[in-house]
Amino acid sequence: MKLSMNWLKDYVDRSFDPKEFSDKMTLTGSKVEGFEKLGEEIKNVVVGKLLSVEPHPDSDHLLICMVDVGKEEPVQIVTGAQNVKPGELVPAALDDSFLPGGVHIKAGKLRGVASNGMLCSLSELGLTLNDFPYADENGIFLLKEDCKPGDDIKDVLCLNDVAVEFEITSNRPDCLSIIGLARETAASFAVPLNLHTPVVNDGLYNGKTINDYISVTVEDSKLCPRYTARVVEDIKIEPSPKWLRARLRACGVRPINNIVDITNYVCLEYGQPMHAFDYNYLKGGKIVVRHAASGEKITTLDGVERNLNENMLVIADAERAVAVAGVMGGENSEIIPETKTIVFESANFNGPSVRITARDLGLRTEASGRYEKGLDRENTLPAVERACELIELLGAGKVVKGIIDVYPEKAPQNVIDFDPVKINEFLGTDVPLESMLDTFRRLEIKCENGKLYPPSYRADLEGMHDIAEEVIRIYGYDKIPSTMFSAQVSISGRTDRQQKIVSLNNLLTQSGFYEVQTYSFISPKYYDNISLAPDAPERDSVVISNPLGEDTSIMRTTALPSVLEVLSLNLRHRNKKCSIYENAKVYIKKPGEELPDERLSTVLAFYGNGDFYNMKGYAEQVLSLFGIEKTQAVSKTDLPYFHPGRCASLEGSDGVSYAVFGELHPTVAKKYDFDLPVYVCICDTEKLLGVVAEEKHYVPLPKFPAIERDLAFVCDESLSSGDIKNAIVKYGGKLLESVEIFDIYRDAKLGENKKSMAYSLMLRSPEKTLDDSDCDKIMYKILSGLERDFGITLRS
Amino acid sequence: MKEKLEALKQKALDDLAKVSDAAALEQMRVAYLGKKSELAAILKGMASLTAEERPIIGQLGNSVRTAIEEAFEVAKKHVVELETAKKINAERLDVTLPSKKTDKGNLHPLTKVQSELENIVLGMGFSIAEGPEVETDYYNFTALNTPEFHPARDVQDTFYITDKVLLRSQTSTVQVHVMENNKPPIRIISPGRVYRSDAVDATHSPMFHQCEGLVIDKNITMADLKGTLETFAKAMFGDKTKIRFRPHHFPFTEPSCEVDVSCFVCGGKGCSVCKGEGWIEILGAGMVHPNVLRMSGIDPDVYSGFAFGMGIERIVMTKYGISDMRLLYENDTRFLSQF
Repeated sequence: MKLSMNWLKDYVDRSFDPKEFSDKMTLTGSKVEGFEKLGEEIKNVVVGKLLSVEPHPDSDHLLICMVDVGKEEPVQIVTGAQNVKPGELVPAALDDSFLPGGVHIKAGKLRGVASNGMLCSLSELGLTLNDFPYADENGIFLLKEDCKPGDDIKDVLCLNDVAVEFEITSNRPDCLSIIGLARETAASFAVPLNLHTPVVNDGLYNGKTINDYISVTVEDSKLCPRYTARVVEDIKIEPSPKWLRARLRACGVRPINNIVDITNYVCLEYGQPMHAFDYNYLKGGKIVVRHAASGEKITTLDGVERNLNENMLVIADAERAVAVAGVMGGENSEIIPETKTIVFESANFNGPSVRITARDLGLRTEASGRYEKGLDRENTLPAVERACELIELLGAGKVVKGIIDVYPEKAPQNVIDFDPVKINEFLGTDVPLESMLDTFRRLEIKCENGKLYPPSYRADLEGMHDIAEEVIRIYGYDKIPSTMFSAQVSISGRTDRQQKIVSLNNLLTQSGFYEVQTYSFISPKYYDNISLAPDAPERDSVVISNPLGEDTSIMRTTALPSVLEVLSLNLRHRNKKCSIYENAKVYIKKPGEELPDERLSTVLAFYGNGDFYNMKGYAEQVLSLFGIEKTQAVSKTDLPYFHPGRCASLEGSDGVSYAVFGELHPTVAKKYDFDLPVYVCICDTEKLLGVVAEEKHYVPLPKFPAIERDLAFVCDESLSSGDIKNAIVKYGGKLLESVEIFDIYRDAKLGENKKSMAYSLMLRSPEKTLDDSDCDKIMYKILSGLERDFGITLRS
Repeated sequence: MKEKLEALKQKALDDLAKVSDAAALEQMRVAYLGKKSELAAILKGMASLTAEERPIIGQLGNSVRTAIEEAFEVAKKHVVELETAKKINAERLDVTLPSKKTDKGNLHPLTKVQSELENIVLGMGFSIAEGPEVETDYYNFTALNTPEFHPARDVQDTFYITDKVLLRSQTSTVQVHVMENNKPPIRIISPGRVYRSDAVDATHSPMFHQCEGLVIDKNITMADLKGTLETFAKAMFGDKTKIRFRPHHFPFTEPSCEVDVSCFVCGGKGCSVCKGEGWIEILGAGMVHPNVLRMSGIDPDVYSGFAFGMGIERIVMTKYGISDMRLLYENDTRFLSQF
């Protein structure tokens, strides 16, 4: 909402510095977004009277003008425009003047002839034909204003206003008006508000009153609680006067013609949308406010044919809809240059109903935006009276005697208990009673016998909380003291789950990974990029019905593609190595349930920072953090985004898989333009968070020394080191303390597809120092077991 | 013999004084103190001396030996010192050469600021609550005093899944879950992702992070809200930080306010960070609307409370001087490594 400061003066007789005004209004609750000094850029431009116009000796299109600019000597200005004639008044930009857009005019020469300034066109002053309809668009702006040479052009053209832009919240539709903001101004600055009661000198027209013209029937008074109308005859459609156009312009509204401008002017001033019908096109002299018929159509003022439905309220004549109530008028009854008789509509419509209609028609208008917030029923009559008053003031027509006002029921009056002690207790303040009462007076809240009666335009005031806000915003939010609530001691701090996530972040960042954050919504194409099968269950995503675009249209079921995008971006940006991870929520649909399962998943990925076994180490560390110390990597070949020969699932001793990791599949790598191996680990963090780690118990330190034995075998390539290790553990018994592989050796001498695997075993007894024969017995069991299971023997 | 001993002593002391390395020292030890040394030979020859001479020469011999031994110890110490100095000299490093770095990653600045924020309020006795991002219309709007067709629903352009299911547009949803499931006193914050259909540009993103706070108890006042936020702001932005309340409107609080902090760059004088205002808007807050309390099963005649909410991106960007929000979601490690 833009407020013209000149217009405000009609209601609050005081001058304000725009900055101070903005600050104060903001602090009392009417937030100012900024202000614009209209015509601020225009400097040193005055009215000039053309004394003579002579051709330029060296040009066939330039003209030399002598211009009276209110000084002793006329100034010589050369112009290229052809519409200049002696005797005309024109805007003259003098030497060292400024025009909108930072244009600086200086004296100079045009083809050898001195030109001490510039004569200006409408557009050079930042104006349009809507502002001054009589101007010639293609030449110099020939002024038809009451002015004399030397007058500042800004005063002559009403460019001396300041427009203050307010952000009005949805609870205060009353402030979407000059009067509403004037009321707030008066309350904020404790100055008087000069309200005006419109005076209309209506009369019989050819012996007729309004009832001889039209009847109004409201079929659904719930959706149209009030409908007020007046008729005006002898309409002369013409441009509005300068002052009115200037005010509309300052408030950001384009002037059209006197009738349309009056409806806009009243809407701005009173906050009450107005509509004007051409009476001659209202068939049967009837206005019926009714629901649209199924399949009914109307072409609205914007020229679009609209399909209506039975939930929509329309204004109709005897035969057809002539307006969509509270949204937009119809083309069939719009004001045209030949219009002679009009009907002013000033009505109140139900907010939600207008909102649904506007939404369903895809047609949000200035009027619907106001109505849907809920307007004051009391306002329709003063607004239509103001419109008629302006008609008379502008000489635009003759107001016909009588008003039609269908108003079956007033809005209920809110009554609120006034308890100043409670208000202060609630706010934690000591606002004096007198100050509260003063605020109520300023805001026109009636206070009687301990009850408060808010004015009709303040439907937002419903209870003590609302009153407390009114009290404190006028008294000053800055006067609220700062206190700390007293509270019972309670157990706070991070939950176990939250603490584990902190630990996970610590582990990964300390291991060299950068945490990343990517969008939760992705493109369905992301699933193609990671080679998911067309029928893969991961593709079953939660779909956004009104996405910004395909790129962000579904909720991801895996964060892998997002993380790969980041990795790929880093590679493109020539970062030589990159390790990243994301703690990502994934959204898994649950059959039969309204909401999906939101599961935490941690995706680690790197390039240039290690190999498969580095990633395995990180995966093991993550599991260990959650208390899973004994893990087993099980080869996995069926994940489409992993290299089938370089992928494993990491399982706990319970056989549950908590993570999958490996090298990115070459096909997938290619999609992301990776020219080097990329390693990825996807942890099911949600599952990990559910692991109950075993309680730790102290184990006494060993008293007896360990015996170390090494074993080396030759075996087939296909036999995995993990299988051999597991067998060693199985056959080694409880005296086998640990077993680690320490060498893998391949050589042609070993044979085709053969390898040598060497293990270091530690044997220890808690009861004694083991001797050779003890150890030999264990080694024998292991060796015979391995021979039986795998057919492998010691390397000779 | 006496002269011989004196001469030997003198020669030994002179030689030892000149020794500068371990090998020479060892030679000296053999030559002067060894079994085959001149001194040993002399002392062995004592048998041929007279009974009167023997104790005198014996005594002299012993004192010469002691003197040489002492001189040897001094020389030995000297040699060790020399050798150490030599070793140290040889091991001198160029300390200006670059360090050997262990790779270290970093938290994303959003997580970093979020956990700073969490740590501050955890210290004030708050807990951290979580809630779903895919939500029902009820928790996002209706239970927050924004019924269907309420104009405030327009302020936040919401992503819908179905008519009744949406992506939450605010973390205030968690307030309702918490109030439904807990009895006062309640003190929680709830950070998380929220979604609004804003096209991506330098200051907008269709997904961003908020942190909600909620306190419900008996006798909670608006002054408590101010005190709490002031304490928070000082912890987050520095001890000298001031806060300012400006009236505003949110459907789920009454009274409501927007809260500015004094600019932590210029201290309130006005600079480019605060766009000359001296204040930076960081959060919205207010007293929980009685309708909201009632709908969540809390009696507004017994309990009162306040809520506040802030955008984490905005704090991150202001704090670190980041002017383009897209950097936060691009995740270039050259960017991430700066925090």
